[in-house]
Parts: sequence; C-alpha cells; structure tokens
Amino acid sequence: MRFLPLVLANLGRHKRRTVLTIISVALALFLFASLRSVVTTLNSGAEVSSASRMVVQNASAIVFTLPQSYANRLKAVPHVKAVTWANWFGGKYGDGRKFFATFAIDPESYVAMYPEIAVPDSQKEAFFHERTSAIAGEGLMKTFGWKLGQNVTFQGTIFPGDWTFTIRGVYHPTTKAIGDDSFMFRYDYLYEKYPAQVTPGWFILQIDDPSAAPQVAKAIDDQFRNSPAPTKTGTEAAFTQGFATMWGNVSLLMNTIGMAVVFAILLVTANAMMMSQRERTSEVAVLKTVGFSNVMIFSLVIIEAAVISLVGAALGLLTAALLPKLAGFDTGGFLPGFHVTAGTAVIGAGVALLLTVASGLVPALGAARLPVVQALRRVE
Amino acid sequence: MKIPFVYNVRSVLQRPVSTALTALGIGLVVAVFVAMLALANGFAMALVGTGSADNVIVLRRGADNELSSGIGRDAISIISSFPHVALAADGHPLVSPETYVVINVPRVGADTLAIANVVARGVSDRAFEVRRNIVVTEGRRFQSGKSEICVGQKLVGRFQNTAVGQTMRFAGRDWTVVCHFTAAGSSFESEIWGENEQFQGVFRGNVFQSLTFRLKDPKGFAEARRALQDDQRIQVDAHEERAFYADQSQLLGSILRFLAVMVTSIMAVGAVFGAVNTMYAAVSSRTPEIAVLLTLGFQPRSVLVSFLAESAVIALIGGVIGCLLALPMNGVVTSTTNWASFSELAFAFQVTPQLLLEGLIFSIVMGVVGGFFPARRASKMPVVQALR
Repeated sequence: MRFLPLVLANLGRHKRRTVLTIISVALALFLFASLRSVVTTLNSGAEVSSASRMVVQNASAIVFTLPQSYANRLKAVPHVKAVTWANWFGGKYGDGRKFFATFAIDPESYVAMYPEIAVPDSQKEAFFHERTSAIAGEGLMKTFGWKLGQNVTFQGTIFPGDWTFTIRGVYHPTTKAIGDDSFMFRYDYLYEKYPAQVTPGWFILQIDDPSAAPQVAKAIDDQFRNSPAPTKTGTEAAFTQGFATMWGNVSLLMNTIGMAVVFAILLVTANAMMMSQRERTSEVAVLKTVGFSNVMIFSLVIIEAAVISLVGAALGLLTAALLPKLAGFDTGGFLPGFHVTAGTAVIGAGVALLLTVASGLVPALGAARLPVVQALRRVE
Repeated sequence: MKIPFVYNVRSVLQRPVSTALTALGIGLVVAVFVAMLALANGFAMALVGTGSADNVIVLRRGADNELSSGIGRDAISIISSFPHVALAADGHPLVSPETYVVINVPRVGADTLAIANVVARGVSDRAFEVRRNIVVTEGRRFQSGKSEICVGQKLVGRFQNTAVGQTMRFAGRDWTVVCHFTAAGSSFESEIWGENEQFQGVFRGNVFQSLTFRLKDPKGFAEARRALQDDQRIQVDAHEERAFYADQSQLLGSILRFLAVMVTSIMAVGAVFGAVNTMYAAVSSRTPEIAVLLTLGFQPRSVLVSFLAESAVIALIGGVIGCLLALPMNGVVTSTTNWASFSELAFAFQVTPQLLLEGLIFSIVMGVVGGFFPARRASKMPVVQALR
C-alpha cells in the first residue's frame, strides 16, 4: 500500500485515457448487470412461489377453463388444506397501450392464500363486501394516477363490454419478485355478467406438506383424467417457470450479449494498459535499477489495472442498481419487480476481477521481465 | 496536397496488437448491432408476412386478437354472402371461417416443464386458396371429416410426434399428421392446422373465432369494412389481414429494437473510447513524424484527414470482422411467445445486406468520432517543439 501514490500518479499521467477506460468499464458493467437482471427477473417467478402452493389448470391448454364443481372435489383430496381460484380477464384501460395483468379472484380465499400481497385490513373488508370493488397494485395506481375509491372503466376483450370497478384496496407486494402492477377484482362480479361462460381459469391449492406435492398432483390428475376437462397439476414454481420459458431463448440472448459486451470492453482496457506500459518502458527500467524487484513491478501494474477495473465496475453496478428507480424506468409491464439482485452484483465483481487479470497480466509480465540494460539504452 | 493513404495503412500495420484489439472491440459492437437487429427483423417479418394485402380478417367487435374473439355460424353465412367477397373459380366465396385455440404440446426431448403453447387453427378447405403463401411440402392436405392435421414446418423436429404419419394427441383425441406446410416464413409455420368442423367439436363448441376472406376489389377494404360494421345483424370488426398480424409484432418488435439500439449505443461509447485511446497513443508516438510532414508543407487539414482516415480504416476492419461474426446467425431459427395469442412463434434471424451495410457505416462512424480529437491534435501540433 506504500506504493499506492505511485500507482495513482501513473494513472494520473494520462488522465484522459484513465477516465475514458474507467467509463468504458463502467458502461460494460452497467449493461452486463442490466441484461442479467432481465434474466433474473424473468426467473424470479419461481422464487415467489411458495412450496406449499400448487396450481391446477386445464390439461388441454391454458385458455381452457375448469368447472366450478372441481373446487369441492379438490378440497377433498388428502393434504389439500385450502382451495381458491382465479380467472384471466384481459381488459384494456384507456387506449390499451399499457399492458398489465387483470384477474378475477375469489376474494376471501385468494387473499388468504397469498399473504405476499399485502392489503390493509380495512381495505380488505371493503373489498370483501362490495361486489364491484377491486384491488390494484401500488405501481399501477401511480402509473394511471388512480385514487382509492375511484371508479375505473375497462373494456373487456375476452368478456366484451364496459366494466366499471371501484378501487377499494391498494396492495403492496412484500417480496420484490411479485409485481406491483396487477389488478384484481371479484370473481362473482365476472360470473354475474357472464354466468354461462365464466368458470375458473385455474385453481390454487394450499397443501399441508410440500413433500406430498407429487402425490397430490397424481391423485388430482388421475381423478379427472376421463372427465370432459382433464387437469394438469403442478407446483406453483413449475407453473410460473412455464411462463418464464415462454420467453424462449431470451435468457440465452441476454447472456450472450452480456458476454460480448464484457469481452469488447476487455479489449479496450487491455489495449489501454498495454499502451501505458509501452510508454513507460524506460521508467520501469529506472525503477528496477533503483532496486524494485520483479514481483514489485508486476504487482504495481496489476494494481493499476485493478484500480481501473474496480472503480469502473463499482460505478457501473451502482448505476445499474439505482438508475431504474431514479429515472422511474418502466419495463412496459413486462418485467414486474425489475431489480439488480445481490447475485448479479457478486458476478459483476467477479467480472471486474477477471478484467483486472486479463488486462493487466500481459503488460505486467512484460514489465517484470524487462531486461534493464536494453531498456535503459533506449533512454537518451 | 493529400498525404498518401498508404502512409496510414503502413502505420496501422506498425502497431498490429493495438490495432487488432481496437478493431476487435469495434467488431464486437457491430456484431451485436447486426445480430440484434436481425432478430428484430426476423420477428417482424414473421408476423408482417403472415397476412396478405387483399385479405380481410373479421373478428367479434372489441376483440383485439383471435383468441378472445367469437363469431357464430349465422354471422359467418351472412358475411360469406357479402358482395365484397371474391369468388373462387367454382363460384363459391373465398372465405375461411376458422377456429383458433392454443394447446399444450411437448417439445422434443424435454421434461414435462418444456411444454409450449401452440396455435391449433381449424380452417376450411378454402383456407389454402384464401392464403396464397401456403405450400404443402410433404404429404397431402387433411381430408374433410377425418381426424387429420397438417403441421407447420417450423414445428417439425422441435415438437414431439410431428413427422408425417405420426399421431399427436390433444383435446382427448388422436390426430394423424398428414402433411407439413410452409407459409413463406410467416407465423402460420408455427401452427397446427386441421379442419374447422373437427376442431370445433372438441374445443370451443359451435362458434368460430375469425373469418378471413379475399377481397373482390383489392382496394375495396374501406368499403367492405363499412358495410360489415353497418350491418345490424352482426357485431363484428374487420381488419386488413396484413395490418392485423403486423400489429401483433409491434410490442415485442419495438422492445427488441429498443434493446438493440440501447445496448449497442452504450457499447459503442465504450468502443469509441477505445479508438480515442488508440489514436491518441498513435499520435503521440509519431510526434516527430507528424512534425516532419508539416515541415514538408502538408497542410494541417491534410494531417487531420489523414488521421481520421487511419481511424476509419481501423474501425472498418472491425466492422468487417463484426459482419463476419454476425453472418452465421442468418437463418438460425429461434422462438419466443407471441404475446397477443400467448402462443409459440418460431422465426429466423434475418441478416440482410442492408443491415450489413448499416453495420459497416456504424463502424466507420465510430472510427471517425473516436479519431477526431486525436487527429485534431496532430494537425495543430506546434512544429518546432515537436521536431525538437
């Protein structure tokens, strides 16, 4: 650490080059962290899911519904403690440009099933007692500037017509992986308007023992195998994972781009380090002459590379973590709960170390192995 | 007088490592740029190419996609008798009332998790005439009244039991695959087609989701639309088929394009910084040379141009490398979900010559921007000091 001033002085010699290189590294890490966060956010659905929740859907396809009568039969299956159901509504609000999830839910049982969706008790009561009431995520409230108690009108796409809801509750997700921009209203309101068509889209079960999940799934699917609506039962994690895989190769794409970015910047940094060392050949010779050991010279160069990489990486990662909040960046409703995870930050730090080694190694070795006499001869 | 270009080329070759690193950095940016736009292109092309300009798709009023639509049999016959509908050679109207559902199909070699949503479209026999781009590549069309299906080419090999002669099971019935078809790369190639009367029975009951018809007068869309919407017996919306499918690509297409531009412009800044560093180093290591050039009577402007050209050459080398890196992506099939219908949509990366050209121009711009300040310093060098 005694030599830190020397390293800093070296960095300060070409201030412009140092600053540009640091910014390059920062940009690379910013991109890397942002792209990776897209992937982690997509996969975060599986984290939210509770191991004790299972989802029952129609085996044919997600667009098909299940008979209401299944609710009681599901309740009778061993290990099942509670049952609730929901239906995808697919409405449009305003010009329909902003996409958000709208569900019809069975009020009491659904709210009890999802403690992660926190609603104040008084608002919960209001929601339970008014047929046209709804609860919305706090993010959604902000996006549209809605207020508690306001009436909002949606255009139904699957269930045609104008639907007016009164917002009686605002929920706050207790975990980041749940989006704060969903809209939920009462299933009985939907049923009242379309009694002939509305049946639950999927059932959610609470089981008493997570390890019994495979048996429960088998018991349910066997029971309904030969009915008009055969079921597909799985853990909630598998259900949300199914949505994540619908993005196809997005994860691969993001990771590939992330790698390309890091590699491109590695070239820039390595080049800058090499240029610096080439210009300093004679100085290194002088340092060696006055008694600096090869190891010492080697570490000086590596430390210089480390300062550039680490400062750049810290800047980039901080920006990636803070920018979405500061700029109010909105992912168009597609990535609820977008944030940089601790894992991403750790990997980012690893990338910075890798950059240090990869960009500093060649110049550092060159400097350490520099033959003093020859190098000095070049000094006029 | 101009400084000969060969001077720059030789100077570049003098510093092979530095040049190569800078060029590679720029090359990667160009490669990502081209590849991402090729992805966005391919995605948009798949949906834009799905519709024909003179076809009209009719949905229930208010429905914004086929999945949420529903049209009764009575409405189908009313629309089929409209004077705006083109007639086939045998005098029957060129209409295809269609059922549209999304079913779960397991992928090849995968566990239970990897089940994708695939569109199953029930079509009438006329559908192959209404949609000109459908070509049966293997086997024969399904026969009316039989449990037979045709599978889009892009599903073949990626999903289980899709070969001709094999049997797929869905909706509680077995279906024999009798043909494969292509549709000029459009999203139809990611669908399973069967007879509408067969699909209706097993899926959604006695209702169709959409009706597609050929216009008698290719320019008569506005008129046909008005006539359909004014008819009090039916509650429908008419859309130009091409615009309808192109709209479905808009959301994801614009996300992809936004991503491409954002990612590459941030990367470009880094690469330009690399070029700046390289060129400054080049200028300072050649201080005496530049002074000699200026002493010989070369104008400062020529020196500026010369160094800009040098930077542009390095960048162009990078651009070529980048294009070569991105080229193998052409035609690679990938898939994502068409969020308008929650269904699998396969499409190919499309690296077009125009895209490559844009990549090369992009690289030169990076080179010129990165080289400008170093070149200016070279041109403004105080000769006397530099020669010392």
